[in-house]
Amino acid sequence: MYRRDTTVAARLGGHRAGVWSRGRGNSRRLAFALAAAVPLLLAWYVLTSVTHTISPGRFPSPHEVFQAALQISRGNGYAGGTMARQVWQSSKLVLMGFAVAAGAGVPLGLLMGWSRRAEALINPAFLLLRPIPPLAWIPLAILWFGLGDVAKIFVIWFAAFVPAVINSHTGVRNVDPTLISAARVHGASPAQVVLHVLVPGALPMIFTGLRLSLQASWTTLVAAELVGALLGLGHVLIVASLDIYPGMILYAMIWVGIMGALMTKALALIEKRAIPWRS
Amino acid sequence: MAQLAARGRARLAGAPSARELAALSAVGLLLFFGAWYGVAASGWVPTRFLPGPQVVADTIARLAQHPYAGYTIQVHTLASLKRFGLGFVLAAALGVPLGLMMGWYRWLDDLVTPLFESVRFIAPIAWVPFAALWFGTGIGGPTLIIFSGAFPPCLINAYRGARQVDKVLLEAAQTLGAGGLRIIAEVLVPAALPSIVAGLRVSAGLGWQSLIGAELIVVSSGVGYLMVQGQTSLQTPIVMSAMVAIGVIGFVIDVALRALERTVRRSWGDQT
Repeated sequence: MYRRDTTVAARLGGHRAGVWSRGRGNSRRLAFALAAAVPLLLAWYVLTSVTHTISPGRFPSPHEVFQAALQISRGNGYAGGTMARQVWQSSKLVLMGFAVAAGAGVPLGLLMGWSRRAEALINPAFLLLRPIPPLAWIPLAILWFGLGDVAKIFVIWFAAFVPAVINSHTGVRNVDPTLISAARVHGASPAQVVLHVLVPGALPMIFTGLRLSLQASWTTLVAAELVGALLGLGHVLIVASLDIYPGMILYAMIWVGIMGALMTKALALIEKRAIPWRS
Repeated sequence: MAQLAARGRARLAGAPSARELAALSAVGLLLFFGAWYGVAASGWVPTRFLPGPQVVADTIARLAQHPYAGYTIQVHTLASLKRFGLGFVLAAALGVPLGLMMGWYRWLDDLVTPLFESVRFIAPIAWVPFAALWFGTGIGGPTLIIFSGAFPPCLINAYRGARQVDKVLLEAAQTLGAGGLRIIAEVLVPAALPSIVAGLRVSAGLGWQSLIGAELIVVSSGVGYLMVQGQTSLQTPIVMSAMVAIGVIGFVIDVALRALERTVRRSWGDQT
């Protein structure tokens, strides 16, 4: 029941990194991307700024987005700070929440994979909490910790913890038992088995889990900031939404995308370093 | 092999018997509820912030009979399920065929992939402001948000399933004179079905989660809204009751799709 779930997640996660970008010729793809992007951008400009088919209240023109970008990068910025400050606030919280969750989740998953007893003890409570989506913890987090950073880290922790545990657990379970027996036969102590056989063997799955964790952290943080925050990208989005300021909404969304992509790429780089034998 | 694996694992940490494991599971559950009950009853934390399990159970029973935030908890749940169903069905109805067609028509793949890649990293929940602006906060806005959460796994898995179809099958179909649409319907769909169903399950989970996010922010009914109302009036038991309802429904959706996945896998033969 448990394992099948993670294989799906792993397949999806693994797929995102691999097949999608490889597969078919990259230069051809780039040409197509440009061929698609130029008319699209042109259509955006014409429909919003020349023919005014799309009203400015619904979707901003390129000029409005540029104005919004200028406004938020100068002086006091918008919604409590400049874009640099808002982006820094959000990334800082994600990295902190993610680090805390991974730091707790990976060892717990390893422990549950290593010991049947630990698994039996911890799993029931884990299975009870797991179906509650991380976003559903937001109101409780606000009740308990208010609108500040602690509430956000608490929510991110729930988002990132579960995939970290599940995938580390599966990773250890999938290590070839022959390898473990071989290490034992050659006189490895339990600590050596864990450090030199189980952890390296589980590492690919652990990274799959971390990637899912990071994506979940980012989504959850943006949601938490939308619901209640004093600073951050989600806060910019909700303030711009209340002001009916589409230029700013789009600009903030672009930054949500950029930061999401950057973090995923950074993790992929670390993964390459940590598991050189995989690729 | 399975036996060997079992032996290897058993050796990892001694060999606990099934009875011992069951007892440990019971202890784990008791510890969880005991800790919750204990902390709530001890008075370290004000009951206002951490009601015990009993209080939450009572609150659920009360919410089922007396409306809160406009409706009883059943009506809120139904409203959420309706939105979820609409967004999820839309995502599957668009994502799966598009993914399959991208797997077959190369130009479509080359056209859609860069577009998809460029918006993929925008968290679904970041669509909330535009969703509200374009489709209002009734049914349209939340549906768009669920859609943006549920669409990518549908598309990716259908595409991937279609790309992994045995080339021989495709060539055979082509030799026998099948056209593009017929190949998609009669070769790609059956061959990619296990992958598609796996994608649907991931997609349902993400869609349900996005729905909760949408309801926290923009709507005026549904379990997410119930939760926000509970939060603004500092009613922790109501917040926790709504969390239980959300968890239960998410669990039921997952179990249903898991059953579907198992059926498909069994009748298609386990290919993975």
